[in-house]
Amino acid sequence: MDAVQEQSRAATPAPARKATKRGRGLGTWLRLIPLLIGAFVFLFPFYYMVVSALQKAPNPGISGAFPSPSSLSLSNFGAINDAINLPRSLLNSALFTGGVLLGTLVFGMLAGYALAQLHFRGRQPVFYLLLLLLVLPFQLLMIPLYVLIARNFGLGDNLLGMILPFAINPTAVFIFRQFFLQLPRDMFDAARIDGASEFAVLTQVVMPLTRPAILTALLITFIGPWNEFLWPFLITKKLELEPLAVALANYISTVAQSTANPYGTILAGAFVLAVPVVILFLIFQRQFVESAIGSGIKG
Amino acid sequence: MAAAAGRLHRRRSRLRAWFGEQPIGYLFVAPFVLFLVGIYAYPFFFALFISFYKYIFTAPGARVDQPFAGLGNYTAVLSDPLFHIAVRNVLIFLVINVPLTVAVSMVLATALNGAIPLRGFFRAAYYVPYITASVAAVGVWLWLFSGPGLVDKLLGPLAPNPSWLVNGFWAMPIIAIYVTWKGLGFYILLYLAALQAIPKELYEAAKVDGARRIGTFFAVTVPGLKPATVLVVVVSIITGANFFTEPYLLTGGGGPDNQSVSPVFLIYRQGIEQNHPGYAAAMGILLAIAVLVVSGVSRFFLERE
Repeated sequence: MDAVQEQSRAATPAPARKATKRGRGLGTWLRLIPLLIGAFVFLFPFYYMVVSALQKAPNPGISGAFPSPSSLSLSNFGAINDAINLPRSLLNSALFTGGVLLGTLVFGMLAGYALAQLHFRGRQPVFYLLLLLLVLPFQLLMIPLYVLIARNFGLGDNLLGMILPFAINPTAVFIFRQFFLQLPRDMFDAARIDGASEFAVLTQVVMPLTRPAILTALLITFIGPWNEFLWPFLITKKLELEPLAVALANYISTVAQSTANPYGTILAGAFVLAVPVVILFLIFQRQFVESAIGSGIKG
Repeated sequence: MAAAAGRLHRRRSRLRAWFGEQPIGYLFVAPFVLFLVGIYAYPFFFALFISFYKYIFTAPGARVDQPFAGLGNYTAVLSDPLFHIAVRNVLIFLVINVPLTVAVSMVLATALNGAIPLRGFFRAAYYVPYITASVAAVGVWLWLFSGPGLVDKLLGPLAPNPSWLVNGFWAMPIIAIYVTWKGLGFYILLYLAALQAIPKELYEAAKVDGARRIGTFFAVTVPGLKPATVLVVVVSIITGANFFTEPYLLTGGGGPDNQSVSPVFLIYRQGIEQNHPGYAAAMGILLAIAVLVVSGVSRFFLERE
């Protein structure tokens, strides 16, 4: 929790130390130069993604990075839509992500609340179990999960099978717990003396007070399944069920090379895949930063 | 009547003494515990089980005898030349990725710490690759580093032949640089948070001693960030050893000629494409052990004074 507070303090510019005295001196430039190089390296690929997605014909030259408006069109978006049916893939991504969000919001919050504020024997062991299991790498669980879910449960090519391994985001549970721990116990006791059930305490006292935490947890949960490739790729064989990330990856690895402007088409799809998350990030920057730090202290 | 109520009350309080004040907590954590057991704990033991068998995939509901293989899968993995290449690739990957991640994110976080114009913009810019789907980001890198791509055009005669992603020497370094690029934003945030914890007095003392900026960086900042560096190294080793999307898409299936296969890619190919789950599970377990050892050892050396 300390780290989160620390971070929010860092988010507001620290008092302009020496900078004001010396103006934009050498020190500022010494900082700005690496920062500007960094910003270019991090952002240029995204600029190039947009520009290349809009170009009618592939142009790998330097002029391709600064195209004239006359060479731009939306034809690549049409091409990728013909190839992988964007609305259907987006709907699959949305259903997959929505299922995970719902599971995390309902069961994850209940667990976070119980782990933070309810007293029952075995609470500590459950929390340690959570920490312990989180270090198990997916590479180890991939094959047994595939055998269990696709073969034993027969949930291959099934939305539920896709959602199941992600159904409750443990990092979100961790964030919920951290926030609920900060709430004063007296407040709960007051509600309990008034005869409120634990469920009513959670929904009517805790939830309104912790909207920011809920938002943070939901945002970090959102990008997981939206961006996930490996698991839905393993579990879906049917085209109609593929989320956008999987449909685009299959397009890249099999079909793309046979089209006239393969990279333009790929990047039009990449743009559609990236845009929802980038927009959410631009709106909710602070929450994303907190969630990153939250998952950092978990590790 | 009163006695019965009293007995009931006594029993309830005895139950409470054992189960705790709010036994409803069990109900609240039950779905999550079920999830952790079903998705993490049970598959972990199941992976161990599979790895000792010549496991056969079956249709849902069908039962077949699974022949016991003992350590057969493990010896098969350890003597597989492809596995050796994958291990070598992880090592190449880590040797490039971990120092680059630590150095660049430490420098950028330090530069970002304090009053600086466009601070919010920079921080957001660094974080965008981290939150972007790998499949989307790989698309741009494919294009940038493709045969007649922009990078080759900029380098002119210096461009390698064959081109980056189909070049046995360059395929792994490009994957390592790509993963570093994509993850840096996260590590920069970790370092930014850690920088707040370094006491200001240390910087002032260094100034009084006449230390220059670079000197202060190495004398105060780097040692002050040590706990964060341990975290960054351990996290990047664990996530780094897991790469799959990159060899699958960026280098077109671990190419050229298997020169960029990763262990997870081999687990996928052996376990799911070629129906050898026992072999793949054994590889997963060997890999998890190796990652645990490597991150433990690096942590030990970093924390040692």
